[in-house]
Amino acid sequence: MAQVSIQDSEIDIVIGAVQSDLTSFMEEWRPIFSRYHLIIVKDPDLKEELKVAGGFNVNVYTKSDIDRVVGSSSSTVLFSGYSCCYFGYLMSRKKYIISVDDDCSLAKDNKGDMIDIVSQHVSNLTTPATPFFFNTLYDPYRKGADFVRGYPFSLRNGVACALSCGLWLNLADYDAPTQALKPGHRNYRYVDAVLTVPARTMMPVSGVNIGFDRELVGPALLPALRLAAEGKFRWETVEDIWCGMCVKVVCDHMGIGVKSGLPYVWREERGDAVESLKKEWEGVKLMEEVVPFFQSLRLSKAAVSAEQCVVEMAAAVKERLGPVDPVFARAADAMVNWIKLWKVAGSQTAVA
Amino acid sequence: MAVASVSPTPLLKDELDIVIPTIRNLDFLEMWRPFFQRYHLIIVQDGDPSKVIKVPEGFDYELYNRNDINRILGPKASCISFKDSACRCFGYMVSKKKYIYTIDDDCFVAKNPSGEEINALEQHIKNLLSPSTPFFYNTLYDPYREGADFVRGYPFSLREGVPTAVSHGLWLNIPDYDAPTQLVKPRERNTRYVDAVMTIPKGTLFPMCGMNLAFNRELIGPAMYFGLMGDGQPIGRYDDMWAGWCIKVICDHLGLGVKTGLPYIWHSKASNPFVNLKKEYKGIYWQEELIPFFQSATLPKDCTTVQKCYIELSKQVKAKLGKVDDYFLKLADAMVTWIEAWDELNPSEGDSAELANGVGKLTV
Repeated sequence: MAQVSIQDSEIDIVIGAVQSDLTSFMEEWRPIFSRYHLIIVKDPDLKEELKVAGGFNVNVYTKSDIDRVVGSSSSTVLFSGYSCCYFGYLMSRKKYIISVDDDCSLAKDNKGDMIDIVSQHVSNLTTPATPFFFNTLYDPYRKGADFVRGYPFSLRNGVACALSCGLWLNLADYDAPTQALKPGHRNYRYVDAVLTVPARTMMPVSGVNIGFDRELVGPALLPALRLAAEGKFRWETVEDIWCGMCVKVVCDHMGIGVKSGLPYVWREERGDAVESLKKEWEGVKLMEEVVPFFQSLRLSKAAVSAEQCVVEMAAAVKERLGPVDPVFARAADAMVNWIKLWKVAGSQTAVA
Repeated sequence: MAVASVSPTPLLKDELDIVIPTIRNLDFLEMWRPFFQRYHLIIVQDGDPSKVIKVPEGFDYELYNRNDINRILGPKASCISFKDSACRCFGYMVSKKKYIYTIDDDCFVAKNPSGEEINALEQHIKNLLSPSTPFFYNTLYDPYREGADFVRGYPFSLREGVPTAVSHGLWLNIPDYDAPTQLVKPRERNTRYVDAVMTIPKGTLFPMCGMNLAFNRELIGPAMYFGLMGDGQPIGRYDDMWAGWCIKVICDHLGLGVKTGLPYIWHSKASNPFVNLKKEYKGIYWQEELIPFFQSATLPKDCTTVQKCYIELSKQVKAKLGKVDDYFLKLADAMVTWIEAWDELNPSEGDSAELANGVGKLTV
């Protein structure tokens, strides 16, 4: 299948800076990132000054920028910790966004070559997704693969892919109980596949390594589910899991696709799963309510854009999950506020 | 929490039959000898029953040709295809074992990227003996594999999984393409070893290939009918596809899992694409109707066994697909005949195990 050729200028790399010194991170990624525009958003809670490496085409946003755009400093809690990356998504005006955590480095594939996560995410996003029927040879658009016998021809055009979920070698994105129980457990298995997650199948999207089509689903990548004791380690958050399910519902509703698999990043040690476990169980418990809700959520025909989908979802969250736990009522409000903010600050016509 | 498996995989040598359809010869078994010799083989000989198929020395087997099938099933033999590897499902019916592995006679032992020979049977057994996770997608694939687990965000109440009914393996070298794709890409070979097993999510259909397939006969056997293909039929090369769509609807209904991925075998023979095109071409049109039919098929709550599900499905096939072609009326009848024959040959099993529908509140 002929690849659509994408200009570098259509891509933004968004990094949420949860640690203050990004110089070694940026040096590590320089071979891959230097040709693109970078958006770095500093966690508004970080007190130390942000250090970035030189020689990049980069816009840095800090607390004062967030305050200015959002309009009130109480709203910056929306972008605290890992959620600071969402501010970068808001500020971007590019079609494609690639985002990776600041504790990730370049991984090697099974041939020993450095993985260019940008080109792989872009490839995932610019080749069709196939959510309506499972292809047993995985992504049929990859070189050397195709649709297998029995795959209906009418479904072989595929649909647009809006979200590309990458994976992690070394420290996989496990929750705290899992990692605490198996502290030495590392992921060394390189699975050479990309596949479309089927329609109506829910999944946990990890914000550690993603790419998405901002034009298609930008408004649906939103900071909303904030845990009471949310912390600065992924084990202490579920905002990306919530956001990922919102995006999956939106994609299923709009008939577009989500892919999972390549590319891999190498994820480093940071923090202590046992300490996080002592601190934070809430996220794990909330999933028991969150998953059935999203699995059964259906949107109306009137919701045609990502914004409209989010507004409908927010109402459903408020009505059905709000009574279960106040964290959900707050999430619903955050979703509504996010869409208002997006209209003002995130749309193509808004001044960046 | 998934437990890393440190104990060796059980052989199941007295609980598993290997079913092989053949019309040519069984030379390929020599390569599989180290892996298959301890197991009982059921050979289903297609085509001319007077031909003698030589089975390599040292294998424990039973062999059935068309005369045997006619003798054993009598008039019900009409449901078993002739001149098509679909006849293999007769082997499932006569087996007395809990598990079946079926493989084509042009499939050989493949090597993994480290150059080691792949024990396909052992991997299928691992797949079948560990749970499936159809209700929520795990981004790190099969969480029960050594070295893997459930990722952050995966609800704990879903981590027990459900029983695995089917293990669908893949193929290196000649990929399982349809005739049009073969004609366009005659030289394409599958050289990509994807080191993953995964559960196909509930509500999602897939094209099931019978070349390298294992299943729990007690859980899903009666639904593994490979349809009416070959001689006297308007279609071929859709036997496994038909079975795959039926078993997936039934597994989804009964809360059972279907896995796909490892193991790989080496598929050596590319069949003639022009011959294939003749066999498949009706299927290529018909599947446009069949897929929506299966995607929207629902089974009533009182279908609590595989046989009940299958009979109900046959009624729906008759009612909704009869208008596509008369063939489906015949096929619906054959589906019923198959179940009758299955129950006749497997009386002590009674209805296949009744299963609780779903796991806790998180199943949708």
